[in-house]
Amino acid sequence: MIEILSTGVLNSVQDAGRAGYLSIGVGQSGAMDVLAHAMGNALLGNEANAASLEIALFPFRLRLLSDCRFAITGADGEALLDEQPLPPQWACDGKAGQTLQIKPPRRGARCYVSFAGGIEVPLVMGSRATDLKTGFGGFEGRGLMRGDRLVLGNQTYKPHAGVGATLSWALPERDRAIEIRVLPAAEFNEFDEPTKTLFFQQGWTLSQEANRMGMRLIGPELKTRRPLELLSHGILPGTVQVPPSGQPIIQLADANTCGGYPKIANVIDADLWRLAQAPIGSTFRFVEVDHPEAMAAQEHQDRELMALRQAIQCSFTRA
Amino acid sequence: MASLDGVPRVCIAGSRGLFLDAAGPRFSEPVQRRVLALARTVGQIPGVQELVPGMNNVLVVYDPRQASPAVLCDQLMTLWEQAAADESPGRDIDIPVIYSTNASDDLVQIAALAGLAVDEFIRLHSEAAYQVACVGAMPGFPYLSGLDPRLATPRRAVPRMRLEQGAVIIGGAQAGIMPCSAPSGWHVIGRTDVQLFDAQQLSPSFLQPGDRIRFSIAGVES
Repeated sequence: MIEILSTGVLNSVQDAGRAGYLSIGVGQSGAMDVLAHAMGNALLGNEANAASLEIALFPFRLRLLSDCRFAITGADGEALLDEQPLPPQWACDGKAGQTLQIKPPRRGARCYVSFAGGIEVPLVMGSRATDLKTGFGGFEGRGLMRGDRLVLGNQTYKPHAGVGATLSWALPERDRAIEIRVLPAAEFNEFDEPTKTLFFQQGWTLSQEANRMGMRLIGPELKTRRPLELLSHGILPGTVQVPPSGQPIIQLADANTCGGYPKIANVIDADLWRLAQAPIGSTFRFVEVDHPEAMAAQEHQDRELMALRQAIQCSFTRA
Repeated sequence: MASLDGVPRVCIAGSRGLFLDAAGPRFSEPVQRRVLALARTVGQIPGVQELVPGMNNVLVVYDPRQASPAVLCDQLMTLWEQAAADESPGRDIDIPVIYSTNASDDLVQIAALAGLAVDEFIRLHSEAAYQVACVGAMPGFPYLSGLDPRLATPRRAVPRMRLEQGAVIIGGAQAGIMPCSAPSGWHVIGRTDVQLFDAQQLSPSFLQPGDRIRFSIAGVES
């Protein structure tokens, strides 16, 4: 068991997301940075879908109420176990009574704290993810609050050396534009060539209006050739919509399942984690790819995660 | 937008989505019956995880490790050709409404806009036969077709930050009911106690696409 000592209310329990209910309006939720979430579970030998804490508001503190093994992945927020600093992307053992503290990240925006055995909350519609918008799933259907006590899943506790991961993807640099690969979407050709050029050549600034539902970008005004009245249609996280204001919105994990605005592009799944790790004020640059390129990016990540899982399994066997 | 001969357009919607758009210039009931028939074929195409009906369109969510968009596109078009109409019966459901003439709601105002007396507006709203075209945006939210065109009202220029759960609403040519309290730009004309969404139920959404809805007058409150 763990106890939350200090937190923001938007920190929540998330797993890999809720699938299969888009047609009744239930979004996928789940970790915004699916890679960091997967890495945390891989470092612990957990099943890939085990629930973790997603931390986007810092500083964050919790107390371990039992001996357990945990991992911190994602944003590089200085983490301390009592007074002991921990490296980023790291898994190690903690003892009952110890305090884990995470300070605001130097790079990235979201940390994942995972525990061997996962966070034990009830499955709601097949998932442990918190749907913050509607208020179900996760821990009591809400964000974390001070004093919350969360139960950890069963896993025989076995003391073990600390392990870390270095993968080929790196957190976005603070002063560099973040490249985001996109596929053209349904209304892409409703924008004229100069507008498309603007979309790809300009840097887009991440505004303050950014949360788990979506992010609004600031840049040149994008307009379709003629005003479009679209009927409501299903959308997925990563959809880049252009509302009448001309300032794009990227839909994210907690997005509504249907929308009505013209869609200029879709961020490829393999780059959604980059959006999740972009602090307010970051600059994005969109790069057009085709579907095979999107798949190649995905397979590359899949392979690295698989290799990490295998390496960790070997180290457990040797221990 | 679909071409005029009714052949839908299919395009890529991200790494794991395809979007089939059969929409013409305005919403069509016959097209929607085909959309719902197509949505019921989920499971017939290998690799397809979800078929999400929209208004005269379908979002197809698939596992790109199992299916390629080009092959899927052909399979979808074949299924679309076969999906003549939705044979699924759908249920008849009565939604009792307490209509509201309170100034904080919109009924009096939009009735005046429509040039109708309030009781005439209520009568027209409660006499129409509605159908759940699709469920989406928020959990359990029904997009209802069948609104009397005289009651159609453009959405509010500035959305309200919060409509209460159970609000009976009109947005453009569509009718709806709020399954939970949330922001919305639609107009409130009354409320109902019918609960539309419960995450703990085996079937969390009370209403399903194809269900036929009638609003009955449970009262009028000021």
